Amino acid sequence: MTDSKHSPDRRKVIQLIGGAGAAAMVQMLPFGAGLARAAEKFTVGVIYVGSRDDFGYNQSHAQAAAYIKKLPGIEVVEEERVPETIDVEKTMEAMINEDGAQMIFATSFGYFNPYVLKMAKKYPNVRFAHCGGLWSKGMPTNIGSFFGYIDECEYLSGIAAAATSKSKKLGFVAAKPIPQVLRNINAFLLGARSVDPKATVSVIFTGDWSLPVKEAEAANSLIDQGVDVLTCHVDSPKVVIETAERRGIYSCGFHVNQAVLAPKGYLTGAEWEWKTPYVILVDNAESGKPMINFLRGGLREGFVKTSAFGPAVSPATRKISMAVKAKMLQDEFVIFKGPLRDNTGKTVIASGVALSQQNPVLESMNYLVDGVIGQI
Amino acid sequence: MSDASGGIAVGSLLLALLGGAMRVSTPFLFVSLGECITEKSGRINLGLEGTLVFGAMSGYGVAYLTGSPWLGILAAGGSGLLLGVMHGLLCSLPRVNDIAVGIAMMLFGTGLAFFLGKPLIQPVAPTLPSLVLGGWSSNTQIQEALRINVLLPIGIVLAFALRWAFVHTRWGLALRLVGDNAAAARALGYPVIPVRIAATAVGGFLAGIGGAFLSLYYPGSWNEGLSSGQGLMAVALVIFARWDPVRCALAALLFGAAGALGPALQSQGMTSGYYLFNAAPYVLTLILMSMSWSSGRSLAGAPGELSLVNR
Repeated sequence: MTDSKHSPDRRKVIQLIGGAGAAAMVQMLPFGAGLARAAEKFTVGVIYVGSRDDFGYNQSHAQAAAYIKKLPGIEVVEEERVPETIDVEKTMEAMINEDGAQMIFATSFGYFNPYVLKMAKKYPNVRFAHCGGLWSKGMPTNIGSFFGYIDECEYLSGIAAAATSKSKKLGFVAAKPIPQVLRNINAFLLGARSVDPKATVSVIFTGDWSLPVKEAEAANSLIDQGVDVLTCHVDSPKVVIETAERRGIYSCGFHVNQAVLAPKGYLTGAEWEWKTPYVILVDNAESGKPMINFLRGGLREGFVKTSAFGPAVSPATRKISMAVKAKMLQDEFVIFKGPLRDNTGKTVIASGVALSQQNPVLESMNYLVDGVIGQI
Repeated sequence: MSDASGGIAVGSLLLALLGGAMRVSTPFLFVSLGECITEKSGRINLGLEGTLVFGAMSGYGVAYLTGSPWLGILAAGGSGLLLGVMHGLLCSLPRVNDIAVGIAMMLFGTGLAFFLGKPLIQPVAPTLPSLVLGGWSSNTQIQEALRINVLLPIGIVLAFALRWAFVHTRWGLALRLVGDNAAAARALGYPVIPVRIAATAVGGFLAGIGGAFLSLYYPGSWNEGLSSGQGLMAVALVIFARWDPVRCALAALLFGAAGALGPALQSQGMTSGYYLFNAAPYVLTLILMSMSWSSGRSLAGAPGELSLVNR
């Protein structure tokens, strides 16, 4: 890890030189003493699984970190490319013991269980904000899990995609079949079907969050099958969006705005606006209020946003999309409502049932809805 | 899915495999040709994975700064050459194991590439142009499958040229002699160590170009996950190809096609077991390795001085 600013190994060495006694003392300091030291500044640690400028997920978090860094009295320490292994535990301990971090943003899904849970028990006075995890009763109360309902933007992308597509075959390059990814695929399909009931979404799972060659292969295979709009849920959409543009088809972005990569074919995109939850959680910590254990929000709460429409989206399509978005902003729109069948024919949401965005059932989604071509 | 009941469309699957072979095999091809030259001289360079990644980074950087992808290719080759010389020199010290140096060079190459490549993840560099060989067909899938990069034919021609040169040129004879029996080479007055350093340097040059293909053509951008072990697989591929450049080229095409299997099946709706299909190139590596190592005469063609052989 030649590139990381805070190498855990280096810290370990410093710790050893400083003597185990000193290290133990830091840990034994009561929270009050820790606060006194930080009376003038509040230190926040942010941990990323990839590079901060990946045109994707990590960049979306880095933008939020850069925003809170500018707030008065806040100091931010960051570390990139921390694997979802025991490494993240070392990084968290180093940030707490060496940098005096009072709050940690652990931004990757796989950090949660068991690493964040373990560290939260060991350091009850540090706040742990995890992105994407599902906090439940019985877990340490100094953990907060936050996430955004980006499926709302995916639904809007689906509308733009199906309305612009000529073949009505849409493609989705996905990393792993976890609930958040499945929810996005399903919302994309439901949005597409809302304007064209014959539209389909073909899915390819690459198996991991960042596999550029496989993502390019997946994109090319889908395009060969006649797909003419591509979107994706991988850590860095750069390869998929660039491949779509090179082959002259349309694309919808994800994580951050990728319009500059596809000036012709970029339709719209689903973007995170992490600075909203970051600011809420940091403010909350600074004023000493209890940790918010479960924080969610969508378009209405400003946790997510859509990319500006590209030149290929017709005025009529923009109108449809904007009308739905207005309803979402009023909290009057339900994406997942019955009767809804999965693509094996099983009913997954019964007729008459409407699952609002906040419903935790949606966060354990384990099916692909009818119209999605692919298996989990 | 018109053919959902009848399973998958075989013709379209074969085309996808062909397309995969055309798109994905070039890095395998260049790295394995480079490794073939190095191993012919009696040394193994396991560091080519690092060379590949470093070549990808430096090629992308130079292409971005100069606006010319061809200069990027040259820079990638040049930086690969330097890494090769470094490996060659280190291994020439007394009692230094080339495999251990190779692993160190692999970590050095990738680490340095990640460090220097930080500011290159965002920018978009110009990519290499492609040759459209499928213009005769109205089928877009055929057109796409036959859209190739000029490096692929160059690599295939190079493979035949190398096979010929190993046997018919003075250089080729010197290389093989040094690799087969250092004592005999010394007795005949051939400079053993300089030949090996040169062979490792040329191997590094080719591996660097293979890396530039990744960042400048397919998938065509620089990031840290760019190589998923292509450099290491190419080293295994040389052994499977029994140190024959033409067989290296065939094996590279086979690996490219195997890599396309997973996505091609999934795009046709066959997604169960995709982890297995995605693992196809790696499974293929294992199968081929065990097949080529199991029989008694499996090492036919191995350079006699290779540390793999002299256990």
